Amino acid sequence: MLSAREAAENARRQDVRNRWLLSAPSLLIIFFAAVGPLFVMLLYSVMAKGDYGDVKLWQFSADGWFGVFFQRDIFDDTLALNDAHVAIFARSVKLSLATTLITLLLGFPTAYFIATRSERSREIWLFLITIPFWTNLLIRTYAMQEVIRNEGVINTALLKLGLISAPVQMMYTDMGILFGMAYVYLPLMVLPLYASMERLDFRLVEAGYDLYATRLKVLWRIIIPMVKPGIIAGSILVFIPSLGAYVTPRVLGGGKNMMLGNLIELQFGQGRNWPLGAAISITLMAIVMVALLFYVRNASRPGARHG
Amino acid sequence: MKFKLTAALAGLAMLVGAGAAHADGELNIFNWGNYTSPDMIKKFEDKYKVKVTITDYDANDTALAKVRAGGHGFDIVVPSANYMPIWIKEGLLLESRPDQMENFKNVDERWVNVDWDPGRHYSVPWQWGLTGIIVDTSVYKGDVNTSSIFLDPPAELVGKINVAPEMNDVMYATIRYVGGEWCTADKEVLKKVRDKLVEAKPKWIAMDYGVIEKFASRDFAAAYYWNGAAMRARAQNPAVKFGYPKEGFPYFMDSAAILKDAKNVENAKLFLNFIMDPENAAMISSFARYANGIKGSDKFMPADMKDAPELIVPKDLEAAGRFLKPCPPEVTDIYTKIWTEVLK
Repeated sequence: MLSAREAAENARRQDVRNRWLLSAPSLLIIFFAAVGPLFVMLLYSVMAKGDYGDVKLWQFSADGWFGVFFQRDIFDDTLALNDAHVAIFARSVKLSLATTLITLLLGFPTAYFIATRSERSREIWLFLITIPFWTNLLIRTYAMQEVIRNEGVINTALLKLGLISAPVQMMYTDMGILFGMAYVYLPLMVLPLYASMERLDFRLVEAGYDLYATRLKVLWRIIIPMVKPGIIAGSILVFIPSLGAYVTPRVLGGGKNMMLGNLIELQFGQGRNWPLGAAISITLMAIVMVALLFYVRNASRPGARHG
Repeated sequence: MKFKLTAALAGLAMLVGAGAAHADGELNIFNWGNYTSPDMIKKFEDKYKVKVTITDYDANDTALAKVRAGGHGFDIVVPSANYMPIWIKEGLLLESRPDQMENFKNVDERWVNVDWDPGRHYSVPWQWGLTGIIVDTSVYKGDVNTSSIFLDPPAELVGKINVAPEMNDVMYATIRYVGGEWCTADKEVLKKVRDKLVEAKPKWIAMDYGVIEKFASRDFAAAYYWNGAAMRARAQNPAVKFGYPKEGFPYFMDSAAILKDAKNVENAKLFLNFIMDPENAAMISSFARYANGIKGSDKFMPADMKDAPELIVPKDLEAAGRFLKPCPPEVTDIYTKIWTEVLK
């Protein structure tokens, strides 16, 4: 006969086994759909490039990784830092940070506004936030062209109002890309912000005012620390896809102002350098992981969670 | 990242081929964007009871990479002349022997024994044209028959020029502009080419496809692009004029071929034969506004195409045009390096 302790131990084991079995399908999918292709990328990045794209299977070469940050001059073979790639990396990080900041500045008041409505109207507001998701990203980006091009909505309005005398060039500039990305990623910032603001205990805000805190102080010392998890989650959700953005810079940047996503695509297409493309992809992932670790460390700092 | 790219392409594909229902007979065409006459496709569908799906690509290399990756499901592809030898050499095409098809007699002799597919064992002429200069003459009134429009742009055009992101076309115009010959490996010449392109690029606004609407909306005032597109742009903006660079301009011909791993080979063969019929070839031309290689198709063409300045090369500039032969791999390698340096 089993002792009570053994029975409990068996039940626990059974429970663990069940949990593993239940999660097995998703684990398998993650393994084959994420780790598998990643492994292929890693393999491709260390092989020699084929003459017309593709790679020469099992002919190993470090050229792909070498090309991520270095280049040999076409004419005199001197070694130099690949400033063009560095510039594209820098532009991607810069634009992604700017996108995160803009969406945070716009999304914070929006989320606060929604969270302070009555329960019924909150649902309507949230529903409104999700409307852009009904339309394909590509179509939304092309619609953005209509807004920012030289004879588009913004320029026509400004011209009619007499505020400018010639159209402001927004399309095919970094500003145009930024505009498009802020628009596309704004909901991804609002939703997690709202989720943490909804749980905010407004009695603490009232208490702050009762103790003669200024509005700014209440915001800085009470609200922001309490919704910090939401800010972090929103920033991650915006920053990471921005770094790899492809469609927006492609359509609004006119093929000249590249971001990492476009640089990678170039290597698999016209550049015919698949190993380099694979190596840049993995580098991009490494950047994302560093950014994530940074966020996670910040998020788990004591004092981050109040409510 | 790859996922993003795939997702974007899938999005594009879905836009174009929305509602690819499973009919009994199917045909999946992989062709350049905005290049396939919907009327001609409709006629083919009705005649043979085949459901046609068209998917777009924007560059020869895009098409090549996608087909190479496998699992594409396409039956027909329409590569340019200078890429055709790669497709054939890499074993991606089916030797479907269009030269033994019923309508082959209609193919203009000029396009039968071509360098890229001697005797036409793989491919059928789709359309041909040339890359030249498009200028909005309301912005710039000077000479348009020169590559200096995009390589040494006049002040009025700086920041308003679009250049087709096609390596061979741009390299050819630039090599000729600095006084070299196609396929040259002369480092002095190529250095000049690189420097010229690096110097000119900041004066361009974009390197993109799809210029027709952009001339109508005045986003572009000049371009190095294809003549058929110039004609369609002129229809929307009468100030648009096409120029034939006197320093040298490249001809192109795109030809339709069947992929080796096509699933609907019989329908694909029917299609190749179908587009060699003069009336159907004329439908292709009247949509995309390029000449085709089929004899007798001109009498089915719209009147405004017969004397279009974009289709008739001026006598004194005829000698400047060339078909681009594929260069040896080591030369292409240098060109690719220059091109990548310019692109990034």
